[in-house]
Order: sequence, then C-alpha cells, then structure tokens
Amino acid sequence: MNLNDLLDPLILSRWQFGLTTIYHFLFVPLTIGMATTVAIFQTAWVRTGKAKYLQLTRFFGKIFLINFAMGVVTGIVQEFQFGMNWSDYSRFVGDVFGAPLALEGLLAFFLEATFIGLWIFGWDKLPKKLHLVTIWATAVGTILSAYFIIAANAFMQNPVGYEINAAKGRAELTDIWALLTNKVALAAFPHTIFACFMVAAGLIIATAAWHLYRNQHLETMRPAMKFGLWMMVIAGALTVLSGDQLGLAMVETQPMKMAAAEALYHTSTGADASFSIFTLGTPDGVHELFSIRIPYLLSFLSTHTFDGTVEGINDLQAQYVQLYGPGDYSPVIWVTYWAFRWMIGLGMLHVLIALVGLWITRKGRQPRWRWLWRVAVWAFPLSLGAMIMGWVFTEMGRQPWIVFSLLKTQDAVSPGITGLDVLISLVAFTLIYGALAVVEFKLIKKAIQKGPDDAPEPDPESGELRHEATVY
Amino acid sequence: MDLTILWFCIVGFMFVGYFVLDGFDFGVGMSLPFLGRDDTDRRVLINTIGPVWDLNETWVIVAGASLFAAFPEWYATLFSGFYLPLLLILLALILRGVSFEYRHQRSESAWKKRFDRMIVIGSAVPAFLWGVAFANIVRGVPLDAGHNYTGTFFDLLNPYALLGGLTTLLLFFTHGVVFVSLKTEGDIRERARRLATRAGVLTVVVAAAFLLWTTLAHGTVASALLSAAAAVALIGAVLANTRGREGLSFGLMAATIALAVLSLFFALFPDVMPASNDPANSLTIENASSSAYTLQIMSWVALVFLPLILAYQGFTYWIFRKRVSRAQIPVEGAH
Repeated sequence: MNLNDLLDPLILSRWQFGLTTIYHFLFVPLTIGMATTVAIFQTAWVRTGKAKYLQLTRFFGKIFLINFAMGVVTGIVQEFQFGMNWSDYSRFVGDVFGAPLALEGLLAFFLEATFIGLWIFGWDKLPKKLHLVTIWATAVGTILSAYFIIAANAFMQNPVGYEINAAKGRAELTDIWALLTNKVALAAFPHTIFACFMVAAGLIIATAAWHLYRNQHLETMRPAMKFGLWMMVIAGALTVLSGDQLGLAMVETQPMKMAAAEALYHTSTGADASFSIFTLGTPDGVHELFSIRIPYLLSFLSTHTFDGTVEGINDLQAQYVQLYGPGDYSPVIWVTYWAFRWMIGLGMLHVLIALVGLWITRKGRQPRWRWLWRVAVWAFPLSLGAMIMGWVFTEMGRQPWIVFSLLKTQDAVSPGITGLDVLISLVAFTLIYGALAVVEFKLIKKAIQKGPDDAPEPDPESGELRHEATVY
Repeated sequence: MDLTILWFCIVGFMFVGYFVLDGFDFGVGMSLPFLGRDDTDRRVLINTIGPVWDLNETWVIVAGASLFAAFPEWYATLFSGFYLPLLLILLALILRGVSFEYRHQRSESAWKKRFDRMIVIGSAVPAFLWGVAFANIVRGVPLDAGHNYTGTFFDLLNPYALLGGLTTLLLFFTHGVVFVSLKTEGDIRERARRLATRAGVLTVVVAAAFLLWTTLAHGTVASALLSAAAAVALIGAVLANTRGREGLSFGLMAATIALAVLSLFFALFPDVMPASNDPANSLTIENASSSAYTLQIMSWVALVFLPLILAYQGFTYWIFRKRVSRAQIPVEGAH
C-alpha cells in the first residue's frame, strides 16, 4: 500500500466514524440506563423515606454524571461528522435523515440537557417531588433521543417513507409516519434500550460485587446487588426477545446481513440451515475447516420455522448484481460472523452471571465462595462489549451500502476534503479520546471504590434527611 | 410565507440563541485568569454557569440538526468546507465540557490548574472561530458547481474573517464578564464590573470596525440598520455597566449579539453561502433547502416545541437566579 492509499479520505473517514461512534457509544448506554436507574432509586427514596435509597441515588448519580459529560461532548462530534466527512451522504439523505435528527434535538436533547442541570444543582432549591420530576424528565429525554437516532439509523438499514427526486439527485421524505414506524426501528429500539439497561445493570452488579467482596457498605450494596441482578435478568430476557424480532426484520429487509452473520454461502433449508457456534475457516473465509453446529437453529432464527429456507451469500450476490449492477454486495464476512457471535456470547455470559448471582443470594443467603463476587465484576465490561459488538455487526453488516440499496458508502464521502484533513482529525480524536478514556476510567473507578457516603442525618427540626447542595 | 424563508429565520434564531447563551459561557470561561484570584474565586466563576452550560451548548447541536434537516446542501457544504476550523471547535468544546465535570473530582491544585487551562482554551477557541466561520460565510468562499468548497484552510484566515473572530471573541468575553458581575457578590462582582468596562470599550472599537466593514462590503439596508442598532446596544451595555446597572447591561449585551448575528443573516439573504468565484455556484435558500413536505413537518414541530423549550429553559434560569458567593463554596474535602 502506498501513501496515497493510506491517505484515502474514504478509508480514513470510515475509521474515524467507526472509532468515534464506538467511543461515543461506551457512554450513551450508561447515560440511558443509569438515568432511569437513578430515577428509580430516587423514587424509592421519595416514597419510603429510607436513607439507603437516598445514598444509592447520590452514589450512582455521581457515577452517572462523570459518564454523562463524556456522552454529551462526544455526541456533538457525531452531529457534525455527517456534514464534515460525509457531505455527499448529507446531500443525498438530508431531506429524510435530517428530520429525525432535528426532532431529536428539539424534543430530546433540550429536555435532557436542561433537566440534568436542574437535577444536579436543584437538590436544595426544588421541592422534593419536583426535583424527582427533573431526573425522570432527563431519563425520558435520553430514551426519546435513542428513538429518533434509531429511526434515523433504521432508514439507512431499510429506507422507507421516501421517493427519489432525480432532478435534485436525492431522496425526499414523503411520509414521516412511515419513517418513524420503520419496522427495523420498532425492533431495534427496544433491543437497544434493553441492552442499555443491561449495561447499567452490569455497572451496578460490578460495583456492588466489588464492595460485597470486601464486606463493606453492606446496607446499601446488598439491595443494590439484588436490584442489579433482577434488572440484568429482566433486561436480558427482553433484549433476547426484541433481538429475535430484529432478526426477523433483518431477514426480510437485509437478507445479506443474516447470511453474513452466519457466513452462509449457499442457500440452505431446514437442518442444513444450522447455526455454527464456532468455526475455523480458510483465511479468505470461504472454506470451512472445522465447525460446531446446531442444526435448524438458523432456520428458526430467520423464519421461526424449522424447515425454513435461508438465502445464501452467493445467491444474494447474483440477485443484487441483477438489481444494482456489477459489484461486490457482501460485507466483510469475518467481521459480521464474529461480531454476531461475540454479541450473543458476551450477552449470554453476563446474563448467566446474573442468574447464578440470583441463585446464590436467594432468600438473603450470602455466597460461600467469595471469589464469585470477583467474577461478577466482569458483568460490566462484558455488557459493554456485547453492546459494541451489536453495533459493529449492524453497521458493518450493511456494507457496502451506507443507505441500503440507494447509496454506497464509497459514494458518500465529502468530495472536498483531503486525506491529510482526515488524518489530522483522526489522530487528534484518537489522542484526545485516548487520554480522556484514561482519566474517565480512573475517576469512575475512584468514585465506585469510595463507595456511598454515610447515611445522612435527619434534620433536627423537620426530621427530613439532609442532602447537601451540589457545587462544582 | 414561503417555508424556506421561515426556516432561514428559524436557523438564524437558533444561532442567535446559541451565541447569546453559550456566548456568556465562553466569556466566563475566558475570564478565569482575569477574575479568578484563588481557587474559591474560580469555583464561584464556574458555578455561575454550572447548571446551564450544558443546555446552552445544546443550542449548537439543535442549530446544526436544524440546518441538516432544513438546508442539507448548506449543512453539507459548510461543514465539509470548514473541516479544520470545525474540528478545532469540536476539540475545544470536548475539552471545555469534560473540564467542568472533572475539575472538582480531585482536590490537588495541579489537577485543577490543568482543567482550568482547558476551560480557558476550550472557551476562547470556539469564541474566536465561530466569528471566523460566520465572517467567511458572509464574505463568500470559492465553491465549485457541486457546491464543494475549493479553497484551503488558510484561505479562511483572511483579514476580514480574523477581524470577525476577534469581534466574537471580545463580544463573548465582555458578555461573560458582565454576566459574572450580575451573578456574583462582593469583591469579584466589583472586579468583574471594572473589567467589563475596560473590555467593553475595546469591544466597541473592534465590533464597530467589523460591522462597518460588513456593511460597506456586503451590507444591505436592513443589515446596516441592524448593525447600527447592535452598535448602539453595545455602547448602551458599556454605559449601563459603568453605572452599576448589571441586569440592563447584560440584557443589552445579549441584544448586541442577537442584532449582530441577525445583521449577518440579513447581509446573506437570500444567499446562504455565496460563492466568491462565481455567483452561479452560490447556495441560496432555494437551492439549498429541503422539500416542501419536510419543511412543513419541521415547521409544525418547531412551532409547537420551541415555545415549550423556551419556557422550561426560562424556568431553569429562574430557579438559579440567585447570585453565587464565596460563602456557598464548600471547604475543600467536604465535597
């Protein structure tokens, strides 16, 4: 590869978008999951008046806020990047894709950003119940924003509600309702939100396990552990169910992605439509050397029947050449194949941790083998890993398209930017994001290890629990 | 009314909102080395904007998204054309945002100093570069027939644009310092008032030069009147400040920024990005806009939700209306 290939703005922009998006999405699931969790703790406090719920609200609220700032500042990059690096994409889809983004800003971001400020600094300024409303408003804002961004993303997976204006060379919105009720969005939204709750549950389990292993803060960390374990199991089950629905929508709208998820080259039916847990292949991925397979499973995942037919990559490739002209229409198979497996595998692993946790703590028991708590700490990184793998799968599985069937990624990059421009930005983002990741990790770790503050004293006059004002 | 004109106004309103609101955040950030004599001072300064900087910054996200939805060609040309300045703005906003949250997490003074520096840089860079960017939009940039920017990064650093950058830098600085005098008590309030007078006089000179240049080279009757009004408001703000009328001074600073931004938008209209090489390549509100259907949907959403947004943001400002004093800053270690 020579220098010109290395400084190809397309390749560099793809790396930059991938890296900055994955990085952004390390913070987003925690923001979404923790906003609701903290709101639940605070509701428990307002309703019961028990000190432990106030302690949990303040403690997880602090971790939530350290994370929140990173979600906000890395999010601006996302909003700008479509125009900066993908201007031909923006021109082509802006009429359609811009709308959900603007809706996200007007309906969700303002809500989130305004009420988070009221929540952080309003502890001593707002009545207790109104203060509770502010964290719920923040939580609603985070979830709404997820809906709009997933509706926008769903258009890229399964374009609906548009027509092509040939004179202007762009897609134009014809039906906003169709755009917002895209079947891919309706399945991907619950799948993503429940996965976000799994990440939040992972953080709570890991935090509680760290303290329980050291036998400290038991009065808060035991209820936190119980909460986290149940949240993980429930959110895990719902993630699986919605993932199944998403799978069906994917087979219908992007059969190539399902074929790529299984590296299924030949159209297969029934027992032959098997799901491989693990495969070793030749380096080009086309020939299989060794594989552990579950017969019928791929047929079931794709069609909900055991004798269904799943189209293979080769047949789909031939169809797409007919439809869209010559070209390679399959994504990078080893990426989709392994990302799909890692998503499912890591996901199942941390649900398993939660199930074991529920079993060993049943009826208030404490585990005999304390090292189990050390294993439970892994629930957090595993849940983040599964989340990232899911996005890598869904975005890489769409390639070579940026908008499925309408626009290819290679035709979407900004014509005016040079490879050097993108190299500069890629290096700058990598350095700054890297440095901030270290600081962020240390601060969250420190906040977790410090543990909740002591139970607050009741005010001698009113009998209410005292809570300090927050000051930067 | 033609919806493209309505959306030109809404986008203008969004940028007015962004510069008026985040403008004083930038000013407060830049004032740290001038007004923050010790750590408690600096914490007082940061806490004046603590509850609101995030919602203020959100205005730029929504402005960007509105631009994307209503004028995709404008969004695409502007953001890809001004790639490196926008990169610098993004990096600065990242550093500023995390610094607000990180600086109080540890009590060592080296830790705090590092984030104080990042707040200053993270405020000054966007305050300067937004002016450079908008001045270049008004001045016109070379565009090809596909509306792609054909100049270089250094073409953007022409004298007119640099003067525009200096103008926004000084406007936001004065705006922020006036805000500090409005939101603090005691010694720091007094020092902020004196600094605002000195900075204000310099701002009047620079802003008048920039607005005059704009009027002579790119102006229309409407933009000239707005520029004149902005100049009057700015002089009024400085005078109000010297008489200790902090609220009035802040209101006039906000009006100055709003009028100046509107003056630039009026100078542009009906172009949104004039091409300096060939007027045929210019982006206008017509050839840059979305379809009528998209604009219609977005208009309903904006007309319903913008009043609601302004109401709850106003509520936030009302809740945090009290002045911040040194006495409210807890002793280190108590946090």
